[in-house]
Amino acid sequence: MNPILLAVIIVSAIGLIAGLGLAIASKVMAVPVDEKAEKIRECLPGANCGACGFSGCDGYAEALSKGETTNTALCNPGGKDAAKAIAEITGLAAGEVIPKTAVVLCQGNKHNAEDKLIYSGIKSCAMASQVFGGPKACIYGCVGFGDCVKACPFDAISLCDGIARINPAKCHSCGVCINTCPKGIIKMLPVTEVKAAVLCNNHEKGAVTRKQCKAGCIGCMKCVKTCEVGAVSINNFCAEVDYEKCIGCGQCHEACPVKSIDILDMTHFMEYRSE
Amino acid sequence: MKYYLAIILTAILTENFVLSKFLGICPFLGVSKKLNTAAGMSLAVIFVMAMATAVTYPINKYLLEKNGLEYLQTIVFILVIAALVQLVEIILKKYIPSLYSALGIYLPLITTNCAVLGVVLLNVEKRAADPAFGFGASMFNSIGAGCGFMLAMVMFAGVRSKLESNDIPKFLQGLPITLIAASLVSVSFLGFGGIVDNIFG
Repeated sequence: MNPILLAVIIVSAIGLIAGLGLAIASKVMAVPVDEKAEKIRECLPGANCGACGFSGCDGYAEALSKGETTNTALCNPGGKDAAKAIAEITGLAAGEVIPKTAVVLCQGNKHNAEDKLIYSGIKSCAMASQVFGGPKACIYGCVGFGDCVKACPFDAISLCDGIARINPAKCHSCGVCINTCPKGIIKMLPVTEVKAAVLCNNHEKGAVTRKQCKAGCIGCMKCVKTCEVGAVSINNFCAEVDYEKCIGCGQCHEACPVKSIDILDMTHFMEYRSE
Repeated sequence: MKYYLAIILTAILTENFVLSKFLGICPFLGVSKKLNTAAGMSLAVIFVMAMATAVTYPINKYLLEKNGLEYLQTIVFILVIAALVQLVEIILKKYIPSLYSALGIYLPLITTNCAVLGVVLLNVEKRAADPAFGFGASMFNSIGAGCGFMLAMVMFAGVRSKLESNDIPKFLQGLPITLIAASLVSVSFLGFGGIVDNIFG
C-alpha cells in the first residue's frame, strides 16, 4: 500500500476513534449540572472572599440552590444588586443589605505614635507584632507593615503616614482584612449612616496612653458625659460606641481632648461605589 | 528488580525532567507557589504520564513500527494523550468526584504538556537504543519521571515559601529571583550525576 495513504488512514482513524470515544463518553457519563446554582453563581461577584461564610462564590451558590440557606443577603461585595438577582432566581425574599465598609480604628501614624524599638526584621505585621508587640510603643495600634494591604482582594487599602487606611469607595466589605490584622483593629461600619467611631483601642491607663500616642483615648469620660443618648461608654480605659443608640450628633468629638473619637460621615462615598 | 530500580532512580535523580532536561518548566514555575497545589499538580502528572505510556506503547509497537511510520510518533502521541486525558477527566468527574476535585483543575493543564509528551518519546528512544527496554521498563521510567517532577515541584515550593519572607531587592522581586533560585536548585541536581551507575554497577 502507498505509505503516504497508510499514514493518512492511520492518523485519521486514531483521530476518529478518539473523537467518537470522547463524544460517547461525554454523553453516557454526563454529570447533571445544577442550573440554578450556575445562574446564581453568575450574579455573584466571583471574588471568592468568603464573607458569606461559605467556601467561596460556588459554595454559596450551591447552598442557595439546595436550600441549605435562605438568606440572600450574605454577599457583601455583591450588595443589593446581587441580593435582588439571587432573590429573583430562587424566589426567596430579597434580604436587606446595609452597605458597609471596613475601617482601621487607629490614628497612631508616624506623627502621633511613639516608637519603642527599631524593627529591622521581616516586613509583616504578623511577624513584627511577635517582637514585644510591634515597633510602636502602643501594642494595640496599627503596626503599619500593610498585611491588610496585601490581603485586600479589591486594592482598597493603602499605607498613609505609617498606618493602613481603607478607601470606603473601593471597599467591598468582604472582611478579609479583619481576619488578617494581627491586632484586630479593623471593624465593619455602615457607610450610609453617620456614626461616631472611637479611633483607638489602647486599654492602658490615661497617663500611659498619653506617653505612647498623641491621639490615644485616655479614658477621661468626657464623651460619656456629653452624649445625650447614652451611646458612649468607657471599657477598660478606652471609649466604646453603641451603634444602635448613636445618632451621629458629634458632641463627643467636640468634647474629646485628644480627638480620638470621630464622626465618620462616609455617605458621599456611596455615589462612587455604585459606578 | 535491580534493573527497574536503576531505571526509577535514574529518572528521579540524574535525569530529572524539570531540573536536568528542562521539560515542564511552565507548571514548575506556575504552580509551585504553594505546597498543596504543587503536590496536586505532581500527582496528576504522575497519573497522566503512567496512563500515556500504557496507551502509547502498544500503539507505537504494533501500529507505527510495524508499518514503518515512526516519523508519525509525535503527532499520534499528542492526539492520543489529549483524548486520553479528556476521557480520564470525564470518568473521574462521574465516578470519583473526590479525586476529580483534587486533580480536576490540573488535568486539562497537562494534556499536552511537554513533560508528558517528552516521557513517551524518551521511552521510544530508549527502546531503540536498548531492546531489553520493554513495556515494564517504560512504565517504571514514566512513573519515575513523574516522581522526579513531584520531587522538583515539592522542593521548589519549599524554596519559594522561604523566598516569600525574605527582603529581596526590588529589581529582583517576583519572577527574576524565582528563576535564579530554580537555576541553583537545578545546579544542585548535577551532584547526582553518576550516582546510579556507581550504586548498581
